[in-house]
Amino acid sequence: MIKFLLMINKQGQTRLSKYYDHVDVGKRAALEANVVKCCLFRKKEECSFVEYKDYKLVYRQYAALFIVVGITDDENELSIYELVHNFIEVLDKYFNRVSELDIMFNLDKVHIMLDEMILNGCIVETNKNRILAPLLALDKMAES
Amino acid sequence: MALKIVKGSIDRMFDKNLQDLVRGIRNHKEDEAKYISTCIDEIKQELKQDNIAVKANAVCKLTYLQMLGYDISWAAFNIVEVMSSSKFTYKRIGYLAASQCFHEGTDVIMLTTNQIRKDLSSPNQYDTGVALTGLSCFVTPDLARDLANDIMTLMSHTKPYIRKKAVLIMYKVFLKYPESLRPAFPRLKEKLEDPDPGVQSAAVNVICELARRNPKNYLSLAPLFFKLMTSSTNNWVLIKIIKLFGALTPLEPRLGKKLIEPLTNLIHSTSAMSLLYECVNTVIAVLISLSSGMPNHSASIQLCVQKLRILIEDSDQNLKYLGLLAMSKILKTHPKSVQSHKDLILQCLDDKDESIRLRALDLLYGMVSKKNLMEIVKKLMLHVDKAEGTTYRDELLTKIIDICSQSNYQYITNFEWYISILVELTRLEGTRHGHLIASQMLDVAIRVKAIRGFAVAQMAMLLDSGHLLTGNMQRNGICEVLYAAAWICGEFSEHLDDPMQTLEAMLRPKVASLPGHIQAVYVQNAAKLFATVLQKHEGATDSQAAQDTSQLLIERLPLFVQSANLEVQERASCILQLVKYIQKLQQKDVEVAEEVSALFAGELNPVAPKAQKKVPVPEGLDLDAWINEPPSESESEDEKPKAVFAKEEPKQSRARHIEVDEKELARRREARKQEQANNPFYIKSSPSSQKVYQDAPGVEHIPVVQIDLSVPLKVPGMPMSEQYLKLEEERRQKERADKKKKDKKKKKREKRGKGKRDDSGPESEEDITPAHQVDIVTEEMPENALPSDDDDKDPNDPHKALDIDLDNLLLGNDYRPLADSEKLPVRTHRREVLKSPEEDGDQDGITQEAKRRSSKEKKEKDRKSKEEEKKKKKKKHKHVVEEEPPEPLSEEPVQSEESAEVAAPPTSTSAEASDLDFWLSSAPVPPPIKEALAPKTSVAAAPDSEPDVPKDAEPDEEKSLKNKKKKQKKEKDEKKKKKRHHHHHHHGDGGGGDSVQNGTVEEEEEEEPLPPMSNYCLLAENSYIKMVYDIQGNLQDGSQVVVSVIFENKSNSFLKSMEFNVLDSLNSKLQRPEGASPHDGLVVPFQLPPGVSNEARFVFSVQSIVMPQKLKGTLTFIVKSEDSSTHEKLDFKLHFTCTSYLITTPCYSDAYAKLLESGDLKSSSLKLEGLNMPFHHLLARICFHHHFSVVERIDSCASMYSRSIQGHHVCLLVKTANQTVSIDAKCDEPSLLANVLDEIKQTFSQC
Repeated sequence: MIKFLLMINKQGQTRLSKYYDHVDVGKRAALEANVVKCCLFRKKEECSFVEYKDYKLVYRQYAALFIVVGITDDENELSIYELVHNFIEVLDKYFNRVSELDIMFNLDKVHIMLDEMILNGCIVETNKNRILAPLLALDKMAES
Repeated sequence: MALKIVKGSIDRMFDKNLQDLVRGIRNHKEDEAKYISTCIDEIKQELKQDNIAVKANAVCKLTYLQMLGYDISWAAFNIVEVMSSSKFTYKRIGYLAASQCFHEGTDVIMLTTNQIRKDLSSPNQYDTGVALTGLSCFVTPDLARDLANDIMTLMSHTKPYIRKKAVLIMYKVFLKYPESLRPAFPRLKEKLEDPDPGVQSAAVNVICELARRNPKNYLSLAPLFFKLMTSSTNNWVLIKIIKLFGALTPLEPRLGKKLIEPLTNLIHSTSAMSLLYECVNTVIAVLISLSSGMPNHSASIQLCVQKLRILIEDSDQNLKYLGLLAMSKILKTHPKSVQSHKDLILQCLDDKDESIRLRALDLLYGMVSKKNLMEIVKKLMLHVDKAEGTTYRDELLTKIIDICSQSNYQYITNFEWYISILVELTRLEGTRHGHLIASQMLDVAIRVKAIRGFAVAQMAMLLDSGHLLTGNMQRNGICEVLYAAAWICGEFSEHLDDPMQTLEAMLRPKVASLPGHIQAVYVQNAAKLFATVLQKHEGATDSQAAQDTSQLLIERLPLFVQSANLEVQERASCILQLVKYIQKLQQKDVEVAEEVSALFAGELNPVAPKAQKKVPVPEGLDLDAWINEPPSESESEDEKPKAVFAKEEPKQSRARHIEVDEKELARRREARKQEQANNPFYIKSSPSSQKVYQDAPGVEHIPVVQIDLSVPLKVPGMPMSEQYLKLEEERRQKERADKKKKDKKKKKREKRGKGKRDDSGPESEEDITPAHQVDIVTEEMPENALPSDDDDKDPNDPHKALDIDLDNLLLGNDYRPLADSEKLPVRTHRREVLKSPEEDGDQDGITQEAKRRSSKEKKEKDRKSKEEEKKKKKKKHKHVVEEEPPEPLSEEPVQSEESAEVAAPPTSTSAEASDLDFWLSSAPVPPPIKEALAPKTSVAAAPDSEPDVPKDAEPDEEKSLKNKKKKQKKEKDEKKKKKRHHHHHHHGDGGGGDSVQNGTVEEEEEEEPLPPMSNYCLLAENSYIKMVYDIQGNLQDGSQVVVSVIFENKSNSFLKSMEFNVLDSLNSKLQRPEGASPHDGLVVPFQLPPGVSNEARFVFSVQSIVMPQKLKGTLTFIVKSEDSSTHEKLDFKLHFTCTSYLITTPCYSDAYAKLLESGDLKSSSLKLEGLNMPFHHLLARICFHHHFSVVERIDSCASMYSRSIQGHHVCLLVKTANQTVSIDAKCDEPSLLANVLDEIKQTFSQC
């Protein structure tokens, strides 16, 4: 099961957070700080999986942005690693060369995409077109 | 009104939107908090407006702020407002905010129920979708209960987009409202076969999550998942399914067997690393759950290990990490497969990545052997020196200690070396693990008597050098070591060269800065040293030295008397007074040494933690019997404890205690017992504990393991652990040379046997041979200790509530329809308008249950039309099934594989269960053998159905023999590396021997342990390679035997392209892959780096098994050294003995008697003379080497049984008297019998 997904920039600022189990707002900050400590300072040649408390963290870096996924022990690390890339590809497709600012300015839309991909801590959809369909429908709605 | 709207939209133009907020925050880096607080004020204003667009915008901004860590729960009601907007663009913002910040404690959630229900039934699929998504984040038990029915309805929505979401949300609903699982399960199961792959995948996800927590309820779905696994192409789904199987196989080993093949195929074929990794993981899990030793599985393990090696060797750190992770799982059950990759694991210790290094460390733990322990620890010590950062260094330290101390120091051959390592580790500054080192020092010094002299010298040095005393003592954990050092020096002070010097070191003023508990030990042990010093000087004419010592103590002890620590203070003042008194006596020339030493006389023996429990109850003692009359019934139980308390309180004087009569005592005892029984924290003693003190000397019952130290222990000046490596190497070389002489070996074995007898009493140290005796207490568990997995379950685990039997939802014998109370709550005041035709039933208010039934009826019709066809199928299958016990519902057609997968066929649970059985047994694995003669063979196929062991004469004997055999089987694999130095087949290797003893000593205390045995014989050998082999009958196929060959690379070059070929005879043929000509060789599926050995198995088909046979064969291989490669070949002769066609098959004594009476058997006999070995050894040898099992043993007579792969019964009656053994044998095939007897004779002529 996926427990949370975070997008954090190199300075350690959270750009997106999604928790699939409720975590108190106060504890979120602490958890995110710890995650930053665990992942951001790792070198390029170190592996992308970190054990943190009961979770395993799977992270991937894109330019200045880190995507960190917290998963339970029984999840397949590599499949999550691939999922992260899939997510980035979806973002790329929608925003056309996605940047950190795109994510900040369109937080709600990123959430829609994420919700299409992961629901309830499970991977639901990996097909890019199908992930983007609701969002495109929404954009059309807004235009009209 | 209109004006208001206009005004609102004008206002809005001046409002910040999300983008403005983000920009604003970026522009106010210095005073971000202040800026945000003004923004929040603005948002509060915006939320007060009536315009929903303004509110939505405000909520959107709040969502961003929430992400930054600001609490927005105050806006919960506004969020609900936005959620209920009719416009999707606003609604989704509301739901997003809700999903980010609502939780079970949010009270406004209850206001949302109707809104959510409305959205769920909205004609717009995105409304429904967004509601479902939101719900997944904030569903509460109330919401789950109220909406379960609506969501379940959506599981059959026309749009797959909704279906898949609804299916996934159901998982959360189940967690929050477990009652919904039973009613919803049939539909969930249907969704596994949904036409849309996305929905299918969602259902797989949900069932996987459910099944991983409570696997047994989902076992019946295995066939369906199996089909999905073979048909699905979505890797993400495949991974989930394969994971699920990993959870199911421990419950049903036959399932594991069925899985191996498709999984190995996937491993071979897939290019996706994630899938490969998952498959490997599950194959490992499957193999763990299967009984080991099935010949065809070593190939799978080999495959896994090879794939993992590829992962570990990959430059991608992620793969490396995962490879190591999975490798550690294999290590637990198949250590030998991993051990051959030691080189690779050691390499990983040098990796730049700490997580990889830690993983490699974990692996090393399981890879050590006697042979490589020193080398590995040396490498780790180097890393300790290099390590940056205390966490990793501490991790290394604990690992070193773990590795060395594992299984009772099993792998340590030289304890001097170990002590030196511990002493070296004390140089680590700032480690937290001082106490760990200390406890190891204590443990070794106490338990390994032979090392005490050395240990004491080293400890005295530690006390003296004082490098541990520097620095901040309270914080520096390493000073804990001094605790051990002081205690060891004091307790074993007779080994000290210069106790006076140590005493002085222990009383230095600097000691006062140590933590209190260490000072206390210092003071106490100073007194012990004092006693030793006195004793030393007593006889001497010069009494000055003794008096000086007293003076020293009197001068130094006051420092400790002033200590703030009570313990130190008390001990110090006690001892100070004592010494003062002694000094007085000394001045009068009174001899005191004897009396002072008496204070500390007596040796502390190591006692196993549970030794007391092991003391047997003396004969004739019934611990449950009343000692006195039981208390009268009239006393109410509640009063008892109270009465005791009330009466006991005033009893201060002793005199009154005596007055208490026996009745009263018994009553009190009873009351206490009751209280103890009710007290969960009271650790109950075994019934025997009462008697311990009277007649049990205690220690004799403690199993003691002995380790040979062939190097005489002496204290060389200041040896560092490095030196031991060299010493050890020399020793081994010497041994290697020794072992070449066969007679020498024999002597050694005798010596060991003698040593074994010695240690029945630990006191018998008189006849110490050069090999010092080492007592290591094995820690044991009481027999009745049960693994208490259930206790570990978290009572708060939501999954516990989901442990619901789902099979009985199907019609049949156990059918338990949904009770009214179980039906999902449906709103009654307004019926929903449903979209899909399938749900028409609901519209009429018909319950789920009824609808399901109708759909079932439909299926029943379908089924009937197929019935004819199935009946035919049944006939076809009948010959497979007929051996199984009669099924209760034999008139029900046996379900074929396809029909078993129909979502809800109206079969009973028992039928369903037998479907599963059938599905499983139709695998290419034989169905459990049902013959009365061979009840235990089915164990291999289905361990959970193990029949009761017959309670006749010798069940224990048989069991222990069996245990031993199993162990030896394992060990012989471990030993194969060691075999490099052996040039004969059945070598009693010390390493294997010790561990065998470890396990069996307790069972056979009075009997001599068996020397280790191996069935592997030399096949051929040259300067490059050595092959040893063993032949075993294939349980699954009467015409096959499996030849396991261990290839060992003896050269310094790489051996590759090995090809194994045998010249077939008419009777025996090597099984080659399809399409290969009968002259082709088989490629050995691995390569051998220098010094590595590995095992390959070859299957031969045989026709007649009554005669032994020899097959000629050749092994060709390429020797690749750095600059050249040459082709080499090695000829060999495979000897198929008749024994190798026998399979160990247990037999009940009554079945055995019947067999003998039947008169179909021909008899023959054999006499062995001059055999000097215990009878149980003899039996064990026959069992082990010739695959027999003991049916019954009475004194010096035993009946044994075995069966050939073709079903011949072989019965032996073995009697022994005065070194003569006579074996009467019966078999239905005389020539087979004659040959087997010949082979038995040969076995015993060799020893």
